Amino acid sequence: MSTAPVELDRPDAAEDVRSDRPWVSVVWNDPINLMSYVTYVFQSVFGYSKMKAEKLMLDVHHKGRAVVSSGTREEMERDCEILHSYGLWATVRQDV
Amino acid sequence: MNTWFTRVHGGGVRLRMTREEASVIQALVTQLLDLLGGPAPGPRDDGLPNLSFSENTTVSDDPVLARLFPDAYKDDGAASAEFRRYTEGGLRDGKRAAAQLVLDTLGDGGEILLDDEQAQVWLRSLNDLRLALGTRLGITEETLERIRRLDWNDPRTAPFAAYDWLTYLQEDLVRALW
Repeated sequence: MSTAPVELDRPDAAEDVRSDRPWVSVVWNDPINLMSYVTYVFQSVFGYSKMKAEKLMLDVHHKGRAVVSSGTREEMERDCEILHSYGLWATVRQDV
Repeated sequence: MNTWFTRVHGGGVRLRMTREEASVIQALVTQLLDLLGGPAPGPRDDGLPNLSFSENTTVSDDPVLARLFPDAYKDDGAASAEFRRYTEGGLRDGKRAAAQLVLDTLGDGGEILLDDEQAQVWLRSLNDLRLALGTRLGITEETLERIRRLDWNDPRTAPFAAYDWLTYLQEDLVRALW
């Protein structure tokens, strides 16, 4: 399951700095946050189902990071701030 | 396994904690509060809101503060600085207020009733505490297994035992809230 927003078909993605490209918030793996807690936070903050939240948590755990939400830059900075308030290691970037 | 938190019918969570357990939490949360710069500022006398903008624009040299207030952009120092200017003050106040609520509701332990909102605050503050202690102890995925095999009669293991205990405590609260 991909957690990124819809894949856009862009042949020249590398040069294309289009402003309508979505932004994403990313959560990174760390050795302290509990797997149960991270799942719980994804459910509480984003209203995701337990199944989706667990899938994202496992992506973070096994792949080192996962895209957990997408939207405008302002929305992603807001998500990042909320995730920091829960102690998750979150960052913002424009989708690639 | 021990149970500290129990879901209450009709809302909220009941916490049962011995005086000794409460004193451990109290000592650790007090240290966390100090690290965060003392109790959160109260309402201003003039009725104006606290804007809580941070003068900090760079990530802290202290690994614990760096972990609690990480950069929001991986490779964009300017964007990280701007994000920090607008968010760090509020985040810091939130964590201080949460730590203070834990101290206020905890008292000397015993049986404590937390409403749903207070239970959420406890959950976040216990996590802040584990992040702070775990970062200070240099916890990694590998050390976790080693900690469980330490001789717990050795006084040097006390901070690791406290960390491990906080882990069970937080896991228990997540389970109660689900």
